[in-house]
Amino acid sequence: MTGLDPRVAEALARLPDYLGSHVLVSMTALALGVALSLPVALASIRRPALRAVVLALASIVQTIPGLALLALFYPLLLGLSALSERVLGAGFSALGFLPAVLALTLYSLLPVLRNAVAGLTGIDPAVNEAALGVGMTRRQALWMVELPLALPIVMAGIRTAAVWVVGTATLATPIGQTSLGNYIFAGLQTQNWVFVLFGCVAAALLALAVDQLLALIESGLGARRRARVALGILGLSLVCLGALAPTWSRPQARYVIGAKTFGEQYILAALIEQRLRDAGLSAARREGLGSGVILEALATNGIDVYVDYTGTIWANQLQRDDAAPRAEVLAAVAKWLQERRGIKTLGDLGFENAYALAMPRRRAEALGIRSIADLARAAPQLAIAGDYEFFSRPEWAAIRSAYGLAFRAQRQMQPEFMYPAAAAGDVDVVAAYTSEGRVAQYDLVVLDDPKHAIPPYDAILLLAPRDANDRALPDALRPLVGAIDVALMREANLRATGGGGDSSPEAVARWILEKIGSRKDK
Amino acid sequence: MPPRPVISFERVSKTHGALRALDGLSLAVQEREFLAVVGPSGSGKTTLLRLVNRLTEASEGVVRVAGEDVRAVDPIGLRRRIGYVFQNIGLFPHMTVAENIAITPRLLAWDKGTIAARVDELIGLVRLDRARHRDRFPHQLSGGERQRVGVARALAAKPRIVLMDEPFGALDPLTRDALGRDYRGLHDELGLTTVMITHDTLEALLLADRIVVIRDGRIIADGTPHALMREDRDPYVRELMQMPRRQAERLRDLTIGPPP
Repeated sequence: MTGLDPRVAEALARLPDYLGSHVLVSMTALALGVALSLPVALASIRRPALRAVVLALASIVQTIPGLALLALFYPLLLGLSALSERVLGAGFSALGFLPAVLALTLYSLLPVLRNAVAGLTGIDPAVNEAALGVGMTRRQALWMVELPLALPIVMAGIRTAAVWVVGTATLATPIGQTSLGNYIFAGLQTQNWVFVLFGCVAAALLALAVDQLLALIESGLGARRRARVALGILGLSLVCLGALAPTWSRPQARYVIGAKTFGEQYILAALIEQRLRDAGLSAARREGLGSGVILEALATNGIDVYVDYTGTIWANQLQRDDAAPRAEVLAAVAKWLQERRGIKTLGDLGFENAYALAMPRRRAEALGIRSIADLARAAPQLAIAGDYEFFSRPEWAAIRSAYGLAFRAQRQMQPEFMYPAAAAGDVDVVAAYTSEGRVAQYDLVVLDDPKHAIPPYDAILLLAPRDANDRALPDALRPLVGAIDVALMREANLRATGGGGDSSPEAVARWILEKIGSRKDK
Repeated sequence: MPPRPVISFERVSKTHGALRALDGLSLAVQEREFLAVVGPSGSGKTTLLRLVNRLTEASEGVVRVAGEDVRAVDPIGLRRRIGYVFQNIGLFPHMTVAENIAITPRLLAWDKGTIAARVDELIGLVRLDRARHRDRFPHQLSGGERQRVGVARALAAKPRIVLMDEPFGALDPLTRDALGRDYRGLHDELGLTTVMITHDTLEALLLADRIVVIRDGRIIADGTPHALMREDRDPYVRELMQMPRRQAERLRDLTIGPPP
């Protein structure tokens, strides 16, 4: 089709994968939730104490925010997997499908349970009395009278659960489950609002379709129209099959590339994928993984390759709060990863994406601030913004104690919004990244770090333990080692914020490959 | 030799915690008898009825149906053999008229053709219209039509005994009168034994062969309507019969003038 926005085309190209995974995970969770809730509801009809406990538990689960519930299952399963590996000799992947299904199943319990209990206990006692009076056994009364009468209310509960689960499944992206949320997370990170909108609309349409099909079954059951029930079930099956068919028919990718939750990572993942494709290797991407999740995912072979930064591992894994020269940090990190986690460091890409404190140039000049040491004086009157991790990272503690920093206010925001916020004067200082293109775009100045409180952050290519003896993967990626300097990455990151058709991670990755190629030709 | 009672209570007591619903009550119901049980609310009338098909178990004493101690009989089978018309009708709201009527035969696993024929027969018997009512749901019927279905459901499996718990209480006077007379006709025609609980003394007097007055779990009067209208030793029974008597006198005055 001509004239189609390339972002829409890209979104459509990913739809079979995202929709299929979304349907699989949410329908599995819904089915499990219903299968679990109904027997519990039945068992609790004549046991008020059990009923109270079960409903209270389900309500508590519901109060946990969806994202947190999903995130909690990851370490839990990781622990279980380690345990089963020790006891049974076989672990399982704590990433993606399993934690997502379990969390969403828990999430679906309350509406089904509450409605089933309400439906079954809310039956007119006179009708129950009549059921026994005409000579029904308890079981016959349940099947012939109680369940049919409770059915419309139970179905309403299932519909509520379905809408919740389909909606909440979009939050499964950071724990490694592909879903329609991938559009939203990726779009948010790469400022691709077409993606965000596409993800929202697709999830909403899916929820609507499932809800309406369930409503059809519900009304069919209520009016006892077999045809309507059959039509509803047929429709649901078609939605499931239609969404899953492409997933099943597609061959499994040989390598899985991971990416964290920010724009640069999406570009690098696309870059790695193109390198692998060029080398004739099939690859799939798992993007939007949480910073804590992604290293575990690599160590447990949930993904094969991703780019991390030496300073991050130095601070978070090696628990170092001091700074050291680049080469020293790189060597220590590579050694630790190899020895402790079996992860191979293929090499550094050639640029650093360090944390740095930056200010609007004019404001810095007006206040006479050039370094973080200068900043310390003015800090009590200033507000600082950082990403969601920054203020809980050891680097921040190190900078703060080295320079005695105390700000008037500190705010967490999406990195994309930090720079405009500083430019607009909403905040005075941002915890920026050195490879970030927008530092220059918004005319920010990076403050010196005379005490070297911030460790170096070289971008490094990491390979999973299972690929330790693989030849094809390192061979395909080796040309990237040392090939991307910070100027190139900064420009690439800036291009990605353009918002146009050539700003997609794939387009930017192609642009980087062309640049690398042309440099080598010289 | 007196005829063998179809239902008998032998010194039956029923306690609910500290509450004594029935207190050593003895009563025998003869075959083809139409017995009305009257008494104030809380007197134990409904408990008496529920003991017969084991919806309630006696605390003391023996309840017999057709000579058998009900404790020795499977309660499910017992209930399927005994028709029951409920106070608040108790039709199954998700089933049509035909399905409601067919329920006990279905539980007894009659074959489909027999059930369908029986349903049609009963719809006619309780004076409903087959074309208009058969496939309706209870909420689409009037109160009187609903209780006609309730009676039909109770009679579906051809019981010999029918228990009725204030069956016509919620109906308007005209409907109540019509249904009462229709049922009495069925009782005679089908040779049933009926125990009907009512708080309407007039209804009891007009329909029943025999009336039992219960108060505080004990029988305080037992006799034919004729006998109860005449002898009035117990002050409560006297009071109970006072109103219909006054009404009858008033009506007589209205129709044929006051006595000379």
